[in-house]
Amino acid sequence: MACMLEAPLRISVLSEVTATSRHYVDRLFDPDPQKVLQGVIDMKNAVIGNNKQKANLIVLGAVPRLLYLLQQPSSSLELRTECAVVLGSLAMGTENNIKSLVDCHIIPALLQGLLCQDLCFIEACLRCLRTVFISPVTPVQLLYPDPTVIPHLMSLLSRSQRTQEYITQIFSHCCKTPEHQTILYNHGAIQNIAPLLNSPSYKVQMQALKCFSVLAYENAQVSMTLVNVLVDGELLSQVFVRMMQRDRPIEMQLTAAKCLTYMCRAGAIRTDDTCIVLKTLPCLVRMCSKERLLEERVEGAETLAYLMEPDVELQRIASVTDHLVAMLADYFKYPSSVSAIADIKRLDHDLKHAHELRQAAFKLYASLGANDEDVRKKITETENMMDRIVSGLSESSIKVRLAAVRCLHSLSRSVQQLRTSFHDHAVWKPLMKLLQNAPDEVLVMASSTLCNLLLEFSPSKEPILESGVIELLCSLTQSDSPALRVNGIWALMNMAFQADQKVKVEIVRALGTEQLFRLLSDPDANVLMKTLGLLRNLLSTRPHIDQIMSSHGKQIMQAVTLILEGEHSIEVKEQTLCILANIADGNTAKELIMTNDDMLQKIKSYMGHSNVKLQLAATFCVSNLIWNEEDALPLCLCPGSQERQDKLREMGFVDILHKLTQASDPSLCDSLFLLSSRAKTAMQQYLA
Amino acid sequence: MAELGAGSLQVGDPAFNYQEREFNERLKRLYPAVNEEETPLPRSWSPKDKYSYIGLSQNNLRVHYKGHGKNHKDAASVRAAHPIPAACGIYYFEVKIVSKGRDGYMGIGLSAQGVNMNRLPGWDKHSYGYHGDDGHSFCSSGTGQPYGPTFTTGDVIGCCVNLINNTCFYTKNGHSLGVAFTDLPPNLYPTVGLQTPGEIVDANFGQHPFVFDIEDYMSEWRAKIHSMIARFPVGERLGEWQAVLHNMVSSYLVHHGYCATAMAFARTTETIIQEEQSSIKNRQRIQKLVLAGRLGEAIDATQELYPGLLERNPNLLFMLKCRQFVEMVNGTDSEVRCFGTRSPKSQNSYPSSPSLSPRHGATNPHLHTTDSPTCSNGVTSKNKSNSKYPGVSSASSSSSSSPSSVNYSESNSTDSTKSQAHSGTSNQETSDSEMEIEAEHYTNGLADASSARIVNGTYKHEEILQTDGHGLGNGLAEDGSTSRQLCGGNLAATERMIQFGRELQALNEQLCRDYGKNPTHKKMLQDAFSLLAYADPWNCPVGQQLDPTQRESICSALNSAILESQNLPKQPPLMLALAQANECVQLMARVRAGSCSFARIDSFLH
Repeated sequence: MACMLEAPLRISVLSEVTATSRHYVDRLFDPDPQKVLQGVIDMKNAVIGNNKQKANLIVLGAVPRLLYLLQQPSSSLELRTECAVVLGSLAMGTENNIKSLVDCHIIPALLQGLLCQDLCFIEACLRCLRTVFISPVTPVQLLYPDPTVIPHLMSLLSRSQRTQEYITQIFSHCCKTPEHQTILYNHGAIQNIAPLLNSPSYKVQMQALKCFSVLAYENAQVSMTLVNVLVDGELLSQVFVRMMQRDRPIEMQLTAAKCLTYMCRAGAIRTDDTCIVLKTLPCLVRMCSKERLLEERVEGAETLAYLMEPDVELQRIASVTDHLVAMLADYFKYPSSVSAIADIKRLDHDLKHAHELRQAAFKLYASLGANDEDVRKKITETENMMDRIVSGLSESSIKVRLAAVRCLHSLSRSVQQLRTSFHDHAVWKPLMKLLQNAPDEVLVMASSTLCNLLLEFSPSKEPILESGVIELLCSLTQSDSPALRVNGIWALMNMAFQADQKVKVEIVRALGTEQLFRLLSDPDANVLMKTLGLLRNLLSTRPHIDQIMSSHGKQIMQAVTLILEGEHSIEVKEQTLCILANIADGNTAKELIMTNDDMLQKIKSYMGHSNVKLQLAATFCVSNLIWNEEDALPLCLCPGSQERQDKLREMGFVDILHKLTQASDPSLCDSLFLLSSRAKTAMQQYLA
Repeated sequence: MAELGAGSLQVGDPAFNYQEREFNERLKRLYPAVNEEETPLPRSWSPKDKYSYIGLSQNNLRVHYKGHGKNHKDAASVRAAHPIPAACGIYYFEVKIVSKGRDGYMGIGLSAQGVNMNRLPGWDKHSYGYHGDDGHSFCSSGTGQPYGPTFTTGDVIGCCVNLINNTCFYTKNGHSLGVAFTDLPPNLYPTVGLQTPGEIVDANFGQHPFVFDIEDYMSEWRAKIHSMIARFPVGERLGEWQAVLHNMVSSYLVHHGYCATAMAFARTTETIIQEEQSSIKNRQRIQKLVLAGRLGEAIDATQELYPGLLERNPNLLFMLKCRQFVEMVNGTDSEVRCFGTRSPKSQNSYPSSPSLSPRHGATNPHLHTTDSPTCSNGVTSKNKSNSKYPGVSSASSSSSSSPSSVNYSESNSTDSTKSQAHSGTSNQETSDSEMEIEAEHYTNGLADASSARIVNGTYKHEEILQTDGHGLGNGLAEDGSTSRQLCGGNLAATERMIQFGRELQALNEQLCRDYGKNPTHKKMLQDAFSLLAYADPWNCPVGQQLDPTQRESICSALNSAILESQNLPKQPPLMLALAQANECVQLMARVRAGSCSFARIDSFLH
């Protein structure tokens, strides 16, 4: 009953509102231009700060009319300016407002308006454009279709502080890709914007600074240019350093630090430059402190992680600066138990940033511990660190999961941690779970971490094996992503190292020879190498060699032939010859080589190869062929050895061996020495 | 021997002098609030306050170990010669590890006076240290806490004491390692301790630039303190706050007799002026006479307008008379002027305006100690007084908004928190143009007369100040010029002066009889009479007295006396507030509130 009563009421209220709004729109169509102007001005006053009114006017079709009036050459300049102001006000509303404005093609209309000479009108247009472009719903490429727009914007930079502020703000929001960077760079963005860093207006300074941060990001060309730019006789990097002074606003310090970080990562500034080591790094560490806002802490940590990612010295310095490692532990304390009770608003704020904070902290830990063992130790010793990583691996936010696994990966490079904390906290469990169903980027990191956990000395290896990881890794080798294929096969390789017969058989069975051979012809050299590595690990210890070769001998020999004949790097061929040497070490497997004259010829030719590594591997192979199956027993005492010896002599191996012992100067280098001694050992077999 | 080497650095050594000067300048820049007469800064290790196993060299900056170094019982420390003054706000020193010696058991830190020196810093109560061998921090305890990295030969370790929040952090090679200690007690000394043979460290108390950018850290705290002051709540009764500020400005203007400006200010801010306008003008007139050096007339006017005042203040009268004598020598006082050929009324070696804008800041650090504000109209060079011609100066004086003038009359400002504003904007038309006269357009008074822009017309009727437009007869202010002669060069005037001197002498004797001996008077009289002993009094050891700026103190003393007689405050509340703030900051230093270092009054006076 109540509903029935209320419904008509609500409609009437709504219609009342739309009626007043309609009145504003109707006045835009008045034949008297003076009344139209007054109508627009009244509309301007009505919409300020009133989102509902804005939405109403948009629904009622005010935008196309305003745009028409704005573009109409017959409109007075005052009217056109007021139209731009109203449109700018409408854009300040909700995201839906922006969408509607963009759908009405407001951007080209306003860009066209910039060609006018009147500064007030230009500023109104720019202000509106700025508001539209900084919205996440506006596609940034809308700035670029007309090639005359960017140069014109550059030329407007000299008009006033307002044009400077709006244009640089538009640039910094619309520069999202390397192409955008290049376009802006080619139109002289650097020369035009650099002087604005010394503008008397803080807003202009800040927007110019932001522009440089987006321009320099991962862009060597821009960064290289930036280091040589002078602003009022001062190097740009020094201007940035000045902006990082501790009494400057935090926003300015942080953005200046970002600029220098990007310039450094793009190779324009050395990582040992004082402006990085003594200024940028400490500034970013400060941004991580508890005193900063949550957003600043996130940004600071991410930028710092990026800065020091490739440089162990920076990682070491950061790890002792201002208790950074301990400071980061605080990132996990949101929302705090206090905030929940204290006030709802703060709880909401904390919740919103909690994920961001955690992922930023994980990223920074990952970066800190990327190379230095001591730093890794320090990180794992931080309170509840491993527990935090473990729970991070199963968080709902993908960003957190990714960052957590990156952190884990970084720490997994430590033998000591693998043996201790990784095992104690059974990190393999959530890791395995993560691998079941995750996007590729997470999978890459997770599988890479798994590779380390499967190393022979890792106590986690056993439980992982028991959890049925082989199938999972085999499926990874079939992925479209080369990185995943590498990680999959790499993990299998590590797993096969000194493994039980049972595990090896299981790997071969699960992978299937077909897939194995497909991987041997993989376009990615890394995949090929790791597959050969896997083969080599599978073909170790005699019984294993004989068993695998008895079941898959033919295919393996085929694959080896193929690779030796194909165009491959020295490393690949060396690895392949090593596999042959392993085969030659088998009791029965030997025969697969001995009966293959073609293969013997190949081995012979590699013994005379110009590359010592290949010579060595080939000689190793021959030595194994000659060498007795029962290790210590001399060749002559064993059945079949005499035949092999004779055959090899017939094929001229003895001569080559003799030459190798003669020609190689033992003092030349280690591998040559090894080679000649290896040849000598082989020769001794004959002499015996 | 290193000690000898250090000792051989003569004062005359230019390199040494340069270093020393640089050192002093750096300390002054880092710790501007420290009064080294009260609380000297640490500049070296103390050769007295150390354990016997410590050797000092290189001006007591290098420390080396000379014990056996068998175990911790052989540890030895040395303290700096002085404790860290609280007024530093933030204090910093660095120690370079020249050699880690045998084991590198070195501790760098702080300790209080009297802590055992046979120990490394940090082991005992009121002792704090960061140790090189394990990187641990020791907070008054034998067991350390993991703190930072280890340090060894070649490293530079810094120690920063924050006296605002009583914490301490260390730096290694220019990188901050984070807070090591909190809740530090006051009066700590920089301290280092060594324990094994061969250990050598060098201290840098500011002798050289620091590796760590301590000034950047200080700037952050300065900004923090400043914003804390700026945001300090003034209570909810904002209206009253504003009224208080208005009254302060208004009373300041009234006090110094800036009549027209005061009236304009009162009109715009709708405040009430306690004193009657005529009374202000009277005071203004007397002040002008004093500042013009016409003491005789000033005394007469005072006696006429405020009968009994000088009789009740014989000391003041004596001071005035002494000054009158000086002005007679100067040839400015009307009693000698009248003997001159030129119109006595035209003589004015001083601007006709009581431009009493006091100077603030460093030049007057002890403002609060005198019972009246030290007034200076910004004229520092007497040479300037006549250097401008009427035409030029009239132009400048009529534009009342001199950029350099300090003017408390921005009446239309709504920002009531700004107690001092720059020279007014809207009220410049109504303000007394003469008030604004500053050094730049300092005239000899002729300009004002020839200018039609004496807007408030205060003196239009006062013929005594009317000058004949070309009466450049006052040669006195033309410093060093030959035209300057005793009493204007007139013999009769000189006789009158001598006569007056006798009267003065008699007055002094009279006062001595009535009130007992007064050494100040005696000195004053001696100084004044000494002028006659020189052929050229303007260029003699006591010639300073003849400087027109010397009239300012007597002028403000007289002004204060008049105000007091009218039951008005003898000092303007603004000056009281300023002096109080200054005193508070100094008091903060004495009670060890470190933030005083960053709450400098001068940084708020523009």
